[in-house]
Amino acid sequence: MSVMIVLIPIALFLAGLGLCAFFWSLRSGQYEDLDGAARRVLIADDEDAPL
Amino acid sequence: MAHAALASAAAACPSNSAPPEHSQRADPAAFVRRDAEGREVLELLIEGAKCAGCIRKIEGGLLEMPGVASARLNLSTGRLNVSWAPGALGARDIVDRLTRMGYGATGFDPESAKRHVDEEGRKLLRYLAVAGFAAMNIMMFSVPVWSGDGEMGEGTRTLLHWISALIAIPAVLYAAQPFFRSAWIALRARRANMDVPISLAVFLTLGVSVAETVQQGAHAYFDGITMLLFFLLIGRYLDHKLREQARTAARDLLALQAITASRIGADGHVAAIGAGDIRVGDRLLLAAGDRAPVDGVVLEGVSDLDRSMLTGETLPHDVRPGDAIHAGVVNLSQALVMRATARASDSSVAELARLIEAGEQGRARFVRLAEKAAALYVPVVHSLALATFLGWLFGPALLRWTGLDVADVGLRVAFMNAVAVLIITCPCALGLAVPAVQVVATGRLFKRGVLVKSGDALERLAQVDVAVFDKTGTLTLGKPRLVSVVDADTMRAAAALARVSRHPLSRALAAAAGPGNAIRDAREIPGEGIEAGGMRLGRRTYAAPECADAADGAAEIWFSNGNAPPVRFVFTDELRVDAAQTISALRKRGIAVELISGDRPLAVEAAAREAGIEVWVGAASPADKTARLAALRAEGKKPLMIGDGLNDAAALAAAHASASPGTALEASQAASDLVIQGAGLMPLVDAIDVAKMARARALENLRFSALYNLVAAPLAAAGFLTPLIAALAMSGSSLVVTLNALRLQLEQSSATKPEPSSDSPGSEWAVEAGRS
Repeated sequence: MSVMIVLIPIALFLAGLGLCAFFWSLRSGQYEDLDGAARRVLIADDEDAPL
Repeated sequence: MAHAALASAAAACPSNSAPPEHSQRADPAAFVRRDAEGREVLELLIEGAKCAGCIRKIEGGLLEMPGVASARLNLSTGRLNVSWAPGALGARDIVDRLTRMGYGATGFDPESAKRHVDEEGRKLLRYLAVAGFAAMNIMMFSVPVWSGDGEMGEGTRTLLHWISALIAIPAVLYAAQPFFRSAWIALRARRANMDVPISLAVFLTLGVSVAETVQQGAHAYFDGITMLLFFLLIGRYLDHKLREQARTAARDLLALQAITASRIGADGHVAAIGAGDIRVGDRLLLAAGDRAPVDGVVLEGVSDLDRSMLTGETLPHDVRPGDAIHAGVVNLSQALVMRATARASDSSVAELARLIEAGEQGRARFVRLAEKAAALYVPVVHSLALATFLGWLFGPALLRWTGLDVADVGLRVAFMNAVAVLIITCPCALGLAVPAVQVVATGRLFKRGVLVKSGDALERLAQVDVAVFDKTGTLTLGKPRLVSVVDADTMRAAAALARVSRHPLSRALAAAAGPGNAIRDAREIPGEGIEAGGMRLGRRTYAAPECADAADGAAEIWFSNGNAPPVRFVFTDELRVDAAQTISALRKRGIAVELISGDRPLAVEAAAREAGIEVWVGAASPADKTARLAALRAEGKKPLMIGDGLNDAAALAAAHASASPGTALEASQAASDLVIQGAGLMPLVDAIDVAKMARARALENLRFSALYNLVAAPLAAAGFLTPLIAALAMSGSSLVVTLNALRLQLEQSSATKPEPSSDSPGSEWAVEAGRS
């Protein structure tokens, strides 16, 4: 059972990382234009076109 | 099908079609601002952008223009932000470029263009994330505790409880803030809302769980409480999203009819300014076709005014220097110079604001479904909890008195069981029951072009039994249409004169005649008519003084050509295409229909007959309209008012529920519960159907919640509740309620067969299919 002492902090740390990532994405305005983001991936940039 | 898909694809993306026509476009130059780097920035509302191609075309097209530094389109809100080096080009060039590309572009009021970030929504998302994080991680410790029941040592269990407590305490105190705040506000006002029992349950559960942990007990509800918060916050966020969406859409609609003004400076220079910047005493130029932004007095010029927005009259009124002009009227024929006598914010609305306020007080008495449920629920649940506490505390003693051999259970068990009642009955499902349904319902109506301003608007709409329509601009299009049949030669000659004028009747005549020549050297006498080479077109006293007045009150113009007998052109205000259909659909639903208008009784009667309405009132003042609604309410009816003008605003506020078309003036839209976009009225019927279905679903949900509590509360009171059962029961009931709300999405409205319109979700899929 003593493995819990190691595993629980690791689990909480990883989940906390996810929470921080969500806060960051919220602050950087990634939820401001959900429709636009969905469509923008469809825009083909000519420079990146395969040769 | 493929054909339909292509056609609707073309309709959805207007790239190659003609630019949308708008009679009035605000001058975008009034909305240009400077950013921190000294660039000029303009925020525009774009119509018609729907796909990746649109984004690319708009942003790419603008960036090609010399001087443009950035262009970013937000597809969700339809707002485009452009910045450019000052002097490189003007705001007009940007708008022109967009118009040529086939997109409608309107400048934003500088006030509302302030980068609008939905702070409240972000905060709720943050609470939601914290509650979700806590719920999932605590579950990680709860599952072993549940499954290791009996086998797990007390030390391990207490360790897991302590870790859960360390996560739950800060998370709950942070994420439950919206509920605490709202409960506190309600309590201070000596009211009880749903958030009071929620906050109480949250506090008690947290306290009891911590106490259990300290005493190394088994009953810690950290998992249940965080999950409960997570679900409740989802409901709260949905509710907020709904309001925000309606608010933004309503703002956009108004921005489309944003008014700018041309101020004449001391040096005679004319500058475009926003309506909000007008000061009392400013000299303003009001070109033909412009809407007066503020109240004022005419200084120079003679013209006609369209006052239909204010009074409902369809016939123009002539003005000359010294006459008063009210905000909202449209100048028809000649440019006027006016002096502002009030700022935009206090123009023509002082009296109106009073009427609206008086009307809204009546509506404030409306009790929302959820509040009604809460009023029933709170006392019952709290007395049940108290009874549980007293029962467990004194029950054994009572039983001993009757001769049974029962031992005391003690204060702790009595308290735990009472709290268990509060936890299990915490109105999670009740809190979600109504908002979940309303979010689905308004989302569905939004796709049909109906904006619902608030959740309780739907509840009120579902109860409506009388519909009172305004005529001009609501039942009708507010535009005259020629009804006289005239021979082709006369028509051609009259139309050639009519094309010179901006008078609405001339334009209607020109529209009826189709494309053709205009007479260049025609002379227009405002308020009278047009003259060229012996031909006269205008009012009877001007063009045909020898003819008798027809005295039928219809809108008319006369045409005389030399010695030929004068010809009379008669116009009617055309009904909306689906007006009659809407009226009969309303009747079929048992809703009586009335027409009340400020226009001349003859015109009102004609419109009523054509639309199939039997009860009508003409020449009604705004006060008459409110009085009629008050009379209906006094009879116990629940009237729905549909109107668009400034003269309807008070009546809209006084009605049980109200709707206005998207073309309505700001005051009317603000006073309405629903705003209907597009040319038709049928979405109104759809809205009523959906509102009724939503009400049925919400009642089902409330009944389910009651049933759930009826089963769960006695179990808890009897002391059978464990943390596992609590967690399962609470999340289970929330899921059932949400799924039931989603059923609304699948149900068909009995009124509207799914007709293939370009904005229905079905055809959007067709568009996707057609493109891919």
